[in-house]
Amino acid sequence: MARIIVVTSGKGGVGKTTTSAAFAMGLAERGNKTVVIDFDVGLRNLDLIMGCERRVVYDFVNVITGEANVGQAMIKDKRNPNLFVLPASQTRDKDALTLEGVGKVLEELSKEFEFIVCDSPAGIERGATLAMYYADDAVVVTNPEVSSVRDSDRMIGILSSKSRRAEQNLEGIREYLLVTRYSPERVKNGEMLSIEDVQEILSLDLIGVIPESASVLSSSNAGIPVILDRESSAGQAYGDMVSRYLGEDLPHRFLTVEKKGLFGRLFGG
Amino acid sequence: MALLDYFRQRKTKGSAAIAKERLQILVAHDRREGGPSYLPQLKNDLLKVVRKYVAVDSESVSVNVESDGNQEILELNIVLPD
Repeated sequence: MARIIVVTSGKGGVGKTTTSAAFAMGLAERGNKTVVIDFDVGLRNLDLIMGCERRVVYDFVNVITGEANVGQAMIKDKRNPNLFVLPASQTRDKDALTLEGVGKVLEELSKEFEFIVCDSPAGIERGATLAMYYADDAVVVTNPEVSSVRDSDRMIGILSSKSRRAEQNLEGIREYLLVTRYSPERVKNGEMLSIEDVQEILSLDLIGVIPESASVLSSSNAGIPVILDRESSAGQAYGDMVSRYLGEDLPHRFLTVEKKGLFGRLFGG
Repeated sequence: MALLDYFRQRKTKGSAAIAKERLQILVAHDRREGGPSYLPQLKNDLLKVVRKYVAVDSESVSVNVESDGNQEILELNIVLPD
């Protein structure tokens, strides 16, 4: 049986797709057969972030309606043989997804994969609620900013009531907090909510802190999951997050302002 | 001294502190508003059980969930007729 993980947030633009791509790649790199599904029907973007947009033939909706089978629609990642992408449809709307349809596809994928990562659309409508319905675990992506924290709190409430696990009185979805776009410098100056602040408000297990980093944009420009940029702080922080998810106990990094050496100060490194 | 502390604090207190304060109030409010989705059903079921023994109307049973730190308290109030 596969473990199903939803990457969610409520608010848009906080880094769900970036996280889904990095997380799925990280799981695959550690030898787990992984598929990442784009639930944002009508506004697909995961294929772009994964760099496979020109290889999309069939999509998630085609599989649900029976126009294609799941094997035809999945795109095998060129960098890692363990990783597959199931793109969303660009022309249909969210109503094309049905509870039974999604359930069937996930059940089929469960036989073949160890991890199924569901990249949720923003909002709390159909696509988002279906992405979380069958989940075993949830990664709640939050920016240290008021509207994002509020929306995350709302999503946490929905996760605990509108899911298969809640409806069947099973053990609840395991929820993890991932703080992205964290800027230690601004936190130090009192201009940004700290990790402690966000955790205190949301009271969730912290699975990672991704620092604000230029490499997130440059990676998405190139269609490469940022976790593969091993030089970058964001890439390393995603690596840590994957390790923690798989059970390793690692201290959080990139939480304090890096002190620049004399060289850095002189040359602005 | 207290006055001095006040000014000192004001100076170091950035917008993040304001954000935190606003969020704490807002989130507490949002959570009260929502409550778990089973509340209405729970209230209905409770009403049925109570009615087996006492004639009460639906107004006389109230169910609330309040959170206090990490604890959630389910508050049940039944007003019995005289």
